[in-house]
Amino acid sequence: MKLAYRMYAGPAHIGTLRVASSFKNVHAIMHAPLGDDYFNVMRSMLERERDFTPVTASIVDRHVLSRGSQEKVIDNITQKDKQEQPDLIVLTPTCTSSILQEDLQNFVDRASTICDSDVILADVNHYRVNELQAADRTLEQIVRYFLRKTRQQGNSEISLTDKPSANIIGIFTLGFHNQHDCRELKRLLQDLGIIVNQVIPEGGSVENLYELPKAWFNLVPYREVGLMTALFLEKEFGMPYVSTTPMGVVDTANCIRQIRKQINIWSPFISGKKIDFESYIDDQTRFISQAAWFSRSIDCQNLTGKKSVVFGDATHAASITKILACEMGIRVSCTGTYCKHDEEWFKEQVKNFSDETLITDDHTQVGDMIARIEPSAIFGTQTERHIGKRLDIPCGVISSPVHIQNFPLGYRPFLGYEGTNQIADLIYNSFTLGMEDHLLEIFGGHDTKEVITKSLSTNTDLTWDSESQIELEKIPGFVRGKIKRNTEKFARQNNITKITVGVMYAAKEHLSA
Amino acid sequence: MSIEISEKISETLTFECETGNYHTFCPISCVAWLYQKIEDSFFLVIGTKTCGYFLQNALGVMIFAEPRYAMAESEEGDISAQLNDYEELKRLCLRIKKDRNPSVIIWIGTCTTEIIKMDLEGMAPILETEIEIPIVVARANGLDYAFTQGEDTVLAAMVHRCPERGKENGMKDKMENNYTQEILSFLPTRTKVKSNKFFDSKNQNRLVLFGSLPSTVASQLSLELKHQSIQISGWLPAQRYTDLPKLGDTVYVCGINPFLSRTATTLMRRKKCKLIGAPFPIGPDGTRAWIEKICSVFKIETHGLEEREQRIWEKLKNYLNLVRGKSVFFMGDNLLEISLARFPIRCGMIVYEIGIPYMDKRYQAAELIFLRETCKKMCIPMPRIVEKPDNYNQIQRMRELQPDLAITGMAHANPLEARGINTKWSVEFTFAQIHGFTNAKDVLELVTRPLRRNNNLENLGWTSLIKLQKG
Repeated sequence: MKLAYRMYAGPAHIGTLRVASSFKNVHAIMHAPLGDDYFNVMRSMLERERDFTPVTASIVDRHVLSRGSQEKVIDNITQKDKQEQPDLIVLTPTCTSSILQEDLQNFVDRASTICDSDVILADVNHYRVNELQAADRTLEQIVRYFLRKTRQQGNSEISLTDKPSANIIGIFTLGFHNQHDCRELKRLLQDLGIIVNQVIPEGGSVENLYELPKAWFNLVPYREVGLMTALFLEKEFGMPYVSTTPMGVVDTANCIRQIRKQINIWSPFISGKKIDFESYIDDQTRFISQAAWFSRSIDCQNLTGKKSVVFGDATHAASITKILACEMGIRVSCTGTYCKHDEEWFKEQVKNFSDETLITDDHTQVGDMIARIEPSAIFGTQTERHIGKRLDIPCGVISSPVHIQNFPLGYRPFLGYEGTNQIADLIYNSFTLGMEDHLLEIFGGHDTKEVITKSLSTNTDLTWDSESQIELEKIPGFVRGKIKRNTEKFARQNNITKITVGVMYAAKEHLSA
Repeated sequence: MSIEISEKISETLTFECETGNYHTFCPISCVAWLYQKIEDSFFLVIGTKTCGYFLQNALGVMIFAEPRYAMAESEEGDISAQLNDYEELKRLCLRIKKDRNPSVIIWIGTCTTEIIKMDLEGMAPILETEIEIPIVVARANGLDYAFTQGEDTVLAAMVHRCPERGKENGMKDKMENNYTQEILSFLPTRTKVKSNKFFDSKNQNRLVLFGSLPSTVASQLSLELKHQSIQISGWLPAQRYTDLPKLGDTVYVCGINPFLSRTATTLMRRKKCKLIGAPFPIGPDGTRAWIEKICSVFKIETHGLEEREQRIWEKLKNYLNLVRGKSVFFMGDNLLEISLARFPIRCGMIVYEIGIPYMDKRYQAAELIFLRETCKKMCIPMPRIVEKPDNYNQIQRMRELQPDLAITGMAHANPLEARGINTKWSVEFTFAQIHGFTNAKDVLELVTRPLRRNNNLENLGWTSLIKLQKG
C-alpha cells in the first residue's frame, strides 16, 4: 500500500474512456460500481462539453458481487445499442472488475452477436498500466480492430492520396491544450501543402478508420498517446511516422525536416520534384514566430542563468526543458517526469540540458526537490503550481494533470510556431518581470513573507531621517514597500533605530550577500 | 422498457423504482466535509487509484490545503495477498500518527476492500491498541451506497464510540438535576420563571442531534431550540472526536438530514436511544415542523414559532415572486431531494419528479407526510418519486416536460444547459448552508440563480447551443 494525497496520472479506465469518448458515435460502458462515472463530470466540467458524455456504467452492486453480473452487462450493452445506435461500444473494465475477474470477453462476444454496433473489450489492466498507457493501447486496439475488420471484408483502401497527406494521431479529450494544438498542427501542415487525411481519435469516426492508410505518413505529436497506433500502422501497412514533438523553435524545425524526408520518398515520383521547406522554416523562425527574436531581446537576457525546475508528462517536460536550456539560456536545475514507463526516452531527451533528472510519480518527492533547489520559477503541473504557492515560487503550468483554467477559451497552442509565442509568454511571465527584478537586486533582494513585527504597522519604533526618506522616495513605487520593509527588518536585527542612507545600503549589502 | 411520459401527473404520491443507472458521487466523498467538521480526525481511504483520482478531481481545490485525508492506495501485491494487510496498514497509520497526530483515524472501506474481503473491522481493534489511536471503520463504498450515505456510514460507526450514559449515570444525572433545582429553588431566578411547567426536567440534556453541519449552522439550530427552552446535550459528530455525546436509553435523538437512516437505526438498536421522527429543518416550513415535533415529544408548548416562520417568508418575498409557478425536475443524487422538493413546493413551485437514490420510508416518514400535506395546501399535483432512477429515461422525460429548472449532477448540467434547460448542480445543496430559518434564503438563492441569470441573458436569443443532429 502507498500513502497518497495526490496523483499525476489517473487510473487505466480513464485513458480508455478519453479515447472512446473522443471518437464520434462511440459509446463506452464501464463495468463499475456506483459513483465511478466521475469521468463524465470531468469531461462535462473541464472541457465544458455541450453533449452528454457517451459513457455509462453497468453497475456493480452487492448482487453482482454475490452472483456475478450474469445478463446485466449484456443487457446494458444491447440497450445502449438500441438507444444510441453507436458505431462501436467499448466495454471498459475498472479496478473493480480487475479483481472480480469476470469473463467480460464472453459478455462482449455474446453481446456482439445481438447488437448492430461493434462491441469490443478494452484490453487494459488496472494494476499494470496508468491512464496514458491505457489510452495509447485503447487507441491502437480500436484502429487495429477496424482495419482488420475491413481487411476481412476485403475492402481495405491502401492507395495513397494524390497530394501529400498526413494523419494526426493522439489528439483527444481532456488532453492538455490538445484542441488548440490540433488547430495549430493543421495550419502548419496546410502551410507545408500537406492535406490532413484524418485526425484521431478526437472527432474521428471509426467507420472511416479504414482510410487511415491513404495518408503518406502519420504525425504523432505527443509521446504518450498515439505511438502504439503509429507502430501498428507502420508494421501492417509500411506507413512511416514522425514522432518529433513540434514544440519550441528548434524542434518545430526538426519536425518539419522529418516531414520533408517522408514526403520526399514519394514526391519525386508523383509530382516530379523534391520538396524543400528550409525557406519556410527560416521565415517562420526569424519573422513570424516571435520566440527567436525574444531570446535575443534584452528582456530574455535578464533571465540568463536563472534557476528553474521542470516537471510534467514526458512530452511537455522534455520539450520545455530543451526550450529553457537551448532557446532561452535559462538554467534547468532539475527536470523530471511522472511517466515512469518512459524513463529511458526521457533521460535521453534531456541529457546535457539539466543538472539532475527526477523520475517519480510521488508528488512529495517533487515537492522536496523544489524546496531544496529553490528555483526562481517552476514549470510543472497543477500539483507543482500548488507546491509553488506554498513556497512562494511562481509556476507556469505546462502539463496535465490539469484544472479548469487549463482549458482556456482563447487560442493557446503549445505546438507549432504560434505555440512558441505562447510558451515564450508563459516562461517570461512566470519569472519576476525583468525591470522589477533589477530594482529589487539593487535595493536588497526579494521580498520575503517573514513576519517582521507582530503589528501590521511597522513604522512604530523606527525613524527614517530626512535623507533616507528622500532616497526612499526615489525608488519606484511598486518596489518601494518591499525595500522599506527589508531595510527595517535589517535595522531591527541590528538594533538600529534611526535609519540613514547608510543603513539602507548596508541592508542591501547584507541581503544580497 | 416503456417511458410513461405522457402519463398525467398523479394526484397521490407515487413511488417508482427504475434501473439504478444514474450518476452520483461515490460515498467516499464524505471525507471532504467530515474531515473539516471533525477537527482532530484523519480519514484514510483504503482503495485504489480510481478512488484517489475521484477525490482529487471531485474535491479539486480543497485537496492542497493540507487535507487531513489520504489514500491508502492498494497495489497489485495487496490484491493478490502477497502483502500483509495488517502490516501495511500499520505502517501507514504509524506514519499518519507521526506526521499529524490525530485523535482518531477513520478508515473508509471501499469497493476494493469489500471485494477482496479485507477484514477492516477485525484489524482495527488490534491495531488500535498497538498504536494507541482509536480507529473507526466505515464502509462507504459504491457497491452499497450513494454520495451522502457515506456520512451515514461514518456516523453509524461513530455511534459505537459514544460514551455510555448508563443507568447509574442516569440516576446520578437525575440527582444532580434535582440537586441543582433544589439549590436554585430559593432563588427567584429567570431560569426558574422561564422554565416551562410542562417541561420535565429529567429530559433536559437528553437531546442529541445527529448529522454533520458547519458549526455556525449547528449553533443557529441550537439557538432556535434554546428559544423553546430545549437544551441540546450533544451533536454527533461534534467539532472534535474527543467530544462525542453520551448516549443511552434515556436519550432522545433527532436527525437533521434525510440520508442518515443507518445512523438512526444504530442509535435506536445499539444505544437504545429514542428517535424523534420529524421533517428535516430545511426551509422555514421544515424548520418550524422540526422544532414543533421535538417540542411535542418533550411536551413543551412552542411560542413565537409561527411568527418567526412568517417573518422569514416575508423576507423571501422577492425570491418567491421569481419561483412561483415555475417547474422543477430533480434527477436525484444526494437524498436531500424530498426535503428540497417540499420547500420549493411550499414556495409555489411545481415539482414534476423527485429522483432519489434510496428512499427510507420509515426514517423519512414525517417528511413524506409533510410533503403530501404541502402539496394539498398549495393545490399542486403530487410529484412522482423515482427511486434508483435511470438518467437516460429521465432525460427523455425532461425533453417532454421541459421543466423550468433541473436539479442535477455535474455530469448532466452543461449538456442540459446547451439544450436550453436551466440547471442547478445538486452537489451545491450538499455543501451550502441550507438548514434552519436563517439559511432558507440560501436555498432559494441557489434555486433562483439560473432563473436570475436568465433574466439577464433573456433577450440574446441563444438558449439552445447545440447543432441539430440525428436522434
